[in-house]
Amino acid sequence: MAHERLLPRQYMILGLVAICAPLGDTCLSRGMTKLPAISLAHPATLIAAVFTPWIAFGIALLIGFFASYLTALSWADLTYVLPATAFGNVIVALLARFWLQEPISLERWAGIVLITVGVGFVAHGPSLTERPEAALAAQPAAQIAEEQPQ
Amino acid sequence: MTIPSPASLTGFWAAAAMIAAIVLCSTTGEVLTAAAMKSVGDLDEIRAHSGLTGAIHAVLTCPLFFAGVGFLALAFFSLLFALNHLNLSLVAPASASLTLVTNAIAGKIFLKENVDRRRWTAAVLVCIGVYLLAH
Repeated sequence: MAHERLLPRQYMILGLVAICAPLGDTCLSRGMTKLPAISLAHPATLIAAVFTPWIAFGIALLIGFFASYLTALSWADLTYVLPATAFGNVIVALLARFWLQEPISLERWAGIVLITVGVGFVAHGPSLTERPEAALAAQPAAQIAEEQPQ
Repeated sequence: MTIPSPASLTGFWAAAAMIAAIVLCSTTGEVLTAAAMKSVGDLDEIRAHSGLTGAIHAVLTCPLFFAGVGFLALAFFSLLFALNHLNLSLVAPASASLTLVTNAIAGKIFLKENVDRRRWTAAVLVCIGVYLLAH
């Protein structure tokens, strides 16, 4: 069955994929920059870093991202999920502009517009490729019997 | 016209090889993971019938899933290696945007997905957008 329209719950999963990955990366980045430089001679300090609040929260967000991503891939095509969830980049850029008051160059605004248009394009199409065998499996048995020649 | 010195040429090819390694490993990992999830079936339905444990069991008993995660881990370490030699402003946008296009090609060839004009347009727009945003 081709999913022409996703359910609200499925849009929520795509939203989680889009938001959790960039927020998780941001938390990891913030946590790692607060730590003193870690050298390869003392790799155990990396393990201790996992238990600091920002990094632990970042890892939790990335686990949430991976679980939502796997769920999305179980009912939608890879070529649908990847562009649709790229909107997370836009959310992070807008948060940086309006929450952290970071300036956004003209190039970045152009990037935001292109990603938004691209997500709009893919979101209006079917989320899953229709396969003949899947369509046949979804067809009622009685209807198949009617179609068979006598 | 200036002729590039052998050293800068080596630098260019080394950078291209590092970015290609990230893109290749990432695309292989994404395609294998997507194939694994398609073979497992709708996780929402599995969770409704067998609970969260059943859904986790269905994913963890699929060999393709581990192959995909293995390649995604390789992509992560390739990224770390590239970041050790190249600037983040080059590696992050180049690998993120190229991966979108290679995934569209791999999705069409290996997963037999219907990558129509709409999806190609979206992939190219998002690819340029990610490049502009991260550059």
